[in-house]
Amino acid sequence: MSVLVYVEQVEGKFKKSVFEAVSYAKAIADKTGTNLSAISIGSVAESELQELGKYGASKILTVTSDELKNFVNQAYASVIAEAVQKEGADIVVLSNSFSGKGLAPRIAVKLKAGLADGAVELPSVEGGKFQVKKTAFSGKAFAVTELTSAIKVIALNPNAFGVKESPVTAAIESFSPTVAATDLAAVIKEIVRATNKVSLPDAELVVSAGRGLKGPENWGMIEELANLLGAATACSKPVSDADWRPHSEHVGQTGITISPNLYIAIGISGAIQHLAGVSSSKVIVVINKDPEAPFFKVADYGIVGDAFEVVPKLIAALKAHQA
Amino acid sequence: MKILVCISNVPDTTTKITFTNDNTQFNTAGVQFIVNPYDEIALSKAIELCEGGKGTVTVINVGESATDPTIRKALAIGADDAVRINAIPRDAYFTAYQIAEYVKTADFDMILTGRESIDYNGAQVAAMLGEFLNIPSISIIKKLDYDGSTATLEREIEGGKEVVTVSGKFVASCAEGVAEAKIPNMRGIMSARTKPLQVVEAKEIEEVAKVTQFETPPPRGTVKLIPADDASSLIGLLHTEAKVI
Ligand SMILES: Cc1cc2nc3c(=O)[nH]c(=O)nc-3n(C[C@H](O)[C@H](O)[C@H](O)COP(=O)(O)OP(=O)(O)OC[C@H]3O[C@@H](n4cnc5c(N)ncnc54)[C@H](O)[C@@H]3O)c2cc1C
Ligand SMILES: Nc1ncnc2c1ncn2[C@@H]1O[C@H](COP(=O)(O)O)[C@@H](O)[C@H]1O
Repeated sequence: MSVLVYVEQVEGKFKKSVFEAVSYAKAIADKTGTNLSAISIGSVAESELQELGKYGASKILTVTSDELKNFVNQAYASVIAEAVQKEGADIVVLSNSFSGKGLAPRIAVKLKAGLADGAVELPSVEGGKFQVKKTAFSGKAFAVTELTSAIKVIALNPNAFGVKESPVTAAIESFSPTVAATDLAAVIKEIVRATNKVSLPDAELVVSAGRGLKGPENWGMIEELANLLGAATACSKPVSDADWRPHSEHVGQTGITISPNLYIAIGISGAIQHLAGVSSSKVIVVINKDPEAPFFKVADYGIVGDAFEVVPKLIAALKAHQA
Repeated sequence: MKILVCISNVPDTTTKITFTNDNTQFNTAGVQFIVNPYDEIALSKAIELCEGGKGTVTVINVGESATDPTIRKALAIGADDAVRINAIPRDAYFTAYQIAEYVKTADFDMILTGRESIDYNGAQVAAMLGEFLNIPSISIIKKLDYDGSTATLEREIEGGKEVVTVSGKFVASCAEGVAEAKIPNMRGIMSARTKPLQVVEAKEIEEVAKVTQFETPPPRGTVKLIPADDASSLIGLLHTEAKVI
C-alpha cells in the first residue's frame, strides 16, 4: 500500500496547486500509515523536484523521455497507471486542473478505480469505508462519495486543502515506462500561454465584474485592482457572451467553478447560476449600486455604491496600504 | 461522416438543489429537466459539421424513459436519430462504459460530449469514454475544425490554450466557443416526433464508487456593509479582519 501523487509541471515548474496536492497526499499517507511517492513527467530541474520533499514526498519518479515532453492525457494516463503498478500504490492523487480533468478519468478506467473528482476534504476511512467529500451540482452542494474499488483516484480542487509543509529528503529515481504509439495519436501543435497573468482556476484572489460595468472599455480599473492585488480577473456570463471579456474568464454554473480565498464581485447581480460557481469562495465582497441585489445575501462585505466611484477609491487605498 | 453526441438530462439551471431520504437522494419534485447546456453546444457543432448532407448526427443518452423529452429536444434541434440506453446513469464510470459498449457496435468518426454535466459535473465521461475505447480524448475544447479525416482542436489550459490535431476517431468535450447553441424551429419540433429513437438495454459493470450522502453548503453569515464614502476602509478590513490580503 502507498499513495502516489502526480505532480503536473508547467514549463518545468510546479505551481502552488501541485504543492497542495502533495500536502494532501501526504496527509492521506499519514492517515493510512503508508508512504508517499510522486511522479513527474517532462523536463524538471532537480532543484525543483527536491521542492516536493518539503511537502512530504519521500520518493520521486521522474519520466523525461522526449516523446512525453508535452502533456497528452492518453499517454500520461498509461505512464501513471504503470507507476501505480510499479509502486504498488492504491491511492492516486492529482490536482483537479484543466489537465487533471482530462487525465484522472482515464487513469480511473485503466485501473478500474473509483474517482472522486473535485475533492474538498481529506478522505474519511472510518468503518473500513473510504469516503471523500466532493463538490456536486456546480457548487450548489457536496456529495460524500464512497470509493469501493481496490485502487482509488482523487482529484483535489485548488485551494481546498492548502499547502502544508512536512519536510523529508526526496529520493529521485528515473522511470522509463513503455508508451504505445496509439497513446500518442493526439499531436500537440502549439501551446500559447499568457505567463504574466494569474490563472483563474487556482487563483487565491479574484476580481470579477459584470454587466454593471457597461462596456469592455471600463475594464481598465478592474485590471488595475487585480494587478495591485495579484489577483486573477473573472466575469459574469453575459459579459463573455457579449465578448467584452474572453470565455475563459466566465465563472458560474456554465463557466468555471472557483473557490478563491477572496472573490470581489463588482456590478454583478448574483443570479443563482453565477453564485453556483463562486459560492465556495472563502470571503466574498460585493460592490453593487442596488441594495436589493441578491449577491449581498451571500456576501461577507458589501458596499452599496457606484462601481465607477468605489473602485478608484479602493485602488487608491490599496496603493496607500502597499506603500 | 457519422457523429455521436452524448446528451445528459440535467435540472434547469435555476433549480434550488435539495435532497430527500436523509440527504441520500436528489429531490426531483417540481424540477424542470433540460438538455445539459454544454451538450447543446456539442450538438450544434455536430449539426454544423454535417450540414449540406455531409453526414449524420446521432444523440445518445443513458437514462430511463423519463429522459425522452430531453432526447426529443435534441432531435428537434437537428439530430437525425437517437439512442437511449435504458438505465439510471449511476455515475460517470457506468455511463461512459454503456456508451462505449454501444459505440463498439457502430461506426462513428467522432464522439462529442459537453465539457461537464451541470448536475454531478464531473467532467469525466469524455475521458473515460476515450479510455474504454482506447482512442484520444481531448477535454474542454473551445474550437473544432474537421477536414474529413483530421480534426484540429483548440483546448483550454491553465492561462492559455493549446492546439491539438487528431487523425482517426476521437472523443472531445465541448465548452463555449465551439459553436453557437442552435434553437429548435417549428419544423424541427414537428419532425422530432417521428425521428427514430432506439432503446438499448444496459450491461452490467462492477460498481467502483457510490454517493452515500449529499450536503448543502452551510449558510453564510450576514453581510458587513461599508458606506460607499468610506470604501477605502474595506482594504484595512480585508487585511486585518478577513486576513485575505
Ligand atoms: C442556462 C443558463 C446558464 C447560466 N450560467 C451562468 C453562469 O455560469 N455564470 C453567470 O454569471 N451567469 C449565468 N447565467 C446568467 C445569469 O442568469 C444572469 O443573467 C447573469 O449572471 C447576470 O450577469 P450580471 O450580474 O453581470 O448582469 P445583470 O444581472 O444585468 O446585473 C448587473 C448588476 O450590476 C449592477 N450595476 C449596474 N450599474 C452599476 C454601477 N455603476 N455600479 C455598481 N453596480 C452596478 C446592477 O445593480 C446589477 O445588479 C446563466 C443563465 C442561464 C439561463
Ligand atoms: N447520462 C448520460 N447520458 C449520455 N451522456 C452523458 C450522460 N451523462 C453525462 N454525459 C455526457 O458527458 C458529459 C460530461 O458529463 P460529466 O462527466 O457527468 O460531467 C456531458 O456533457 C454529456 O455530454
